[in-house]
Formats: sequence, structure tokens, C-alpha cells
Amino acid sequence: MSLAWLFDPFRHEFMQRALFGCALIGFTNGMLSAFIVIRRLALMADAMAHSLLPGVAIALLFFGLVPGTLFVGALLAALLVAFGTQLISRSSRIKEDTSLGLLFACSFSLGLVLLSISPARVNVSDYLFGNILGLGDTDLWIVYAISCIVLPILVALQRPLLLMMLEPAIAMSQGVPVTALNYLLVGLLVLSMISSLQAVGVVLALGMLIAPAATIYLFSDSFPTMFWLGGVLGCSGSTIGLLASYWLNLPSGPCIVLTLGLLFLLAFLFSPRYGIIAKFVRGRHLHEASLARWKARANTSRS
Amino acid sequence: MQTHRLEISDLTVAYKRVPAVHHLSLELLCGSSIGLLGPNGAGKTSLLKALVGLVPIESGSISFHGQEQQLSAIAYLPQRSAIDWDFPITVRELVEMGRYQSLGWWRPFRAEDRREVDRALEAMDLVDLAERQISALSGGQQQRAFLARSLAQKAHVFLLDEPFAGLDKPTQEHLGEAIRKLAQLGNLVIASHHDLNSARELFDYVILLNGELVAFGETSEVLNDENIRRTFRTHIFSGVSHEPGLAI
Repeated sequence: MSLAWLFDPFRHEFMQRALFGCALIGFTNGMLSAFIVIRRLALMADAMAHSLLPGVAIALLFFGLVPGTLFVGALLAALLVAFGTQLISRSSRIKEDTSLGLLFACSFSLGLVLLSISPARVNVSDYLFGNILGLGDTDLWIVYAISCIVLPILVALQRPLLLMMLEPAIAMSQGVPVTALNYLLVGLLVLSMISSLQAVGVVLALGMLIAPAATIYLFSDSFPTMFWLGGVLGCSGSTIGLLASYWLNLPSGPCIVLTLGLLFLLAFLFSPRYGIIAKFVRGRHLHEASLARWKARANTSRS
Repeated sequence: MQTHRLEISDLTVAYKRVPAVHHLSLELLCGSSIGLLGPNGAGKTSLLKALVGLVPIESGSISFHGQEQQLSAIAYLPQRSAIDWDFPITVRELVEMGRYQSLGWWRPFRAEDRREVDRALEAMDLVDLAERQISALSGGQQQRAFLARSLAQKAHVFLLDEPFAGLDKPTQEHLGEAIRKLAQLGNLVIASHHDLNSARELFDYVILLNGELVAFGETSEVLNDENIRRTFRTHIFSGVSHEPGLAI
């Protein structure tokens, strides 16, 4: 049996480009995902992803199909939504989740309307579900630049970010600029979201941004592990997803997210520490549970 | 050697112009454990937060050992419910965080930092639990883990917000021992607390607070019926008495 099909994708230039972009996007999003999961920013990230659409549409209306302006448009729109949410939730009785949901539904609708009246001939589904196979040179440079900004910042600020995430009040009392770091995190979130827009589109961007860390979270009790392995998992998972989409002739964006989701499902089922099967098996050994309780009691009374 | 002291003079703390603590003056010596007692809304948390700079002070001043607020010298521990115990971190890593302030953002751990961490774990009786994730600890152990972190930070003033809330009797006693030990090491420990009975066993001194200072002094002297009535029955600033039957 010939294995030529296995190496087929690596022969085409558009695939090489897509694979490289995908690995980079996967790694950046995967690393950031540790912060999104721990900080519980998933809903906010989702809202922001959807708000990228009107930004893209406005940029298209004014400047036509130029990659650089799309980037700026998306950045502005996402920042607007991020700060708009803060404004609404802080200055009225509306809570943050409500204002987020409202803003993201409205901005997404606005984006769809604007795209439909845009003179540039665009395929809406490219923005909704991504088109990594159409990755151009400029796109690749943008992805590369975003990774060069996001990754060093995350690595350099690991300690203050960790302090802030564990308990903001203590961090503030130690002189950590908590508010500034929060905004920085949102900024980085927007940036890496823009890079994943190209790969999986606005609807699926959230998958790349939370699945890797959520998976590692079920295995590990160490934040650095979550951080680094999240990057590795995001990178390998998305690349495998892309290859699978080529081999099976399926759409690339959904394949990438599904692969990451499948890895999460495996962790959810089989993780030795926090997996559901392990929990079930442990739960049935009654004497073990009571032994643990007895030990705990002996410990507290001894110490 | 002169004992370090925390001096609070004429301190007023307000939220949006509504004062929570009024014109408070106190001089607290290191080496003692102090209970901060008062009804709900008496300004206990506000006072603790003001001491560590988390809420702005309206008037007055706070100085430690003759200097204005030194962030690393004062450690604040919020109520236990404020912390996400599923955070992926072990006890040792938590205590290591105490060293971040002196290490800055990048500098790697030195042998000296590791020693401080080990010493803090040992002092708080956590050596056997060092590799556990923090949710796998009992309530009292969790409090001690955060105390160890502040110890590694080389803090001298420990401000604890309701550390005994939700702990059963033996755990409470064990944590009380840890607090006494901190005081014996020359630190100043101030803990807000609401149970008057256990306060007698737990603290050397008590501050009775209800918007303003009602009394301060050695526990055995100050915690008498008259002072307790003044603290818990008369609501000096809130007007209406919310909780007439508070645990006495």
C-alpha cells in the first residue's frame, strides 16, 4: 500500500503556508488560553470574536479587500466592544454578561448587514468559518507579527499575571498594577483572536482560544504546565486538524476545532486525576473513600 | 532593640463619601496578636483594606516603623470565599509567590529564596502538604498556606479578614496556634473576628470597632460586658440596629 497520500499535503505550497500559519496561530492561542480559562474570560472572548465581523465589514466598505486594513478594522471594533461593555456594566445596573451578550449580538448583526451591502465581492463564510487555505503573504506576516507581540509579553509578565489571577486584592496590595494588566490581557486577546480569524473564522475562534488550556487543566495542577503545554497542544492539535481536513476532504476550520474538541473529550473521559471515569471508579471503592476521610481526620488531630 | 510598631493616627476611611471608619487612632506593637471585633458593617474589612492601601484613606495617616506604607511589610489575606480554590497551583508554588515581589518579574529563584520558602512551609506546618493542590487542603490548612506565603514575603504585619469563618473547633484552635506563633516570631497579626467567646482564647489584644473605636487593650481587660454592649448594641453611625441578637 502506498503512503503517498500521507505526504501529499506537504507538497503543495498553499498547504505548506496553511500548515505554518496554523501551527503559529495554534501555539499563540493555546498559550493565551490558560489565561482565558483561569480568568473566566470565555464569554468575553466569544463576544469579542463576534464583534470582529463589523470591523472587517467597515474596513471592506472603505478600503476594499486589503489585508492590512481588515486587521485595523477588526482591532478597533473589538476594542470598542471590550470597552463599551465595561462602560455599560460599570455605569448602569446592567451586569457584565448581559451587556456583553447584547453588544455581541448587535455588532454581529451589524457586521452581517454591512457585509451584504459591501461592494467588494467577499465570501461571508470565509469570515464566519475561516479560510486558512487562502492564507496570503501579508496574512502570514500579520500572524507572525501578532505571535511576536503576544508570546514574549505573556512569558515576561507571567509572575504579575499569576498574582493578579489568583487574587486581585492581594496582588493590588503588593503593588501589582491589576487594572492595567487586565486591559493588557484583553488587548492580547483581541490580537490573537485576529490571527485565529484567518484560520477558523469568528464563530469558531473561541474553540482555539479555550480548548487547549481546558484540556490541560484536567491533567495538571501547575499553571506553567497549562501555559506551555497549552501552546504545544494548540499547535499540534490545529495542525493535525488541518491535515485531517485535507486527507478527508472536509472544511478546514471545523476540522481544527473538532480535533481540539476531541482531545478535550479524551481528557474529560480518561484523565487520571480529574477525568470522569477515574472519578466514577474511585467513587465505587467505598472503603478507600472512608480510609481517606479517616486519614484526613487523623492528620488534623495530629497536626 | 526597639519594637516595630504600626501607628494609625486620625484615620478616616470612606466609600463614596460615606465614612466606614471614623477618626481612628491606634498604636500597635509587633509581637502581638490582635482581634478586630465589631458587628457587621462596623468597618472591619474597610480598616484592614485601608491599612494595606486597597481603599483610599480620607484623612489621617498610617505608618509602620516610622515610615509611610511599605507594601512588602504588610500582607493582606482576604476572606476565604474570595479565592478560586481550583486554581492550578500547589501549596509550594503558592508560597513561592511570596518571593515574587523581591525577585521582580524575571529573576530566577536563588538558593536564598528556596530557603525562605522552606522556612515558611515549616513554620506553618505545611511541609507534608507542600505538593498538594490548594483545594485538597482543609479550611485551616488553606489559611495557613496563605500565611506561609506572607511569611515568605517577609511581611511583618499580617492582616487577616475573618480567618476563622467556617472552621470547626479543632481547626480553629490549630489556626489560632499558628497565629500565636507568628506573633511570637515578632510579627503583628490583626484578624477580624466575630465570635466573642473564642476571641478570649485567640488574641492577646482586641480592638472593639463600630464605625469608630470603642475600646482597645488587653483582651482580659477590654472584653467586658460594658464594652461589648457599647460595641454591639449601639449602632453609632447606621442608626437602626440590624442585629439585636448577635452572638454574645
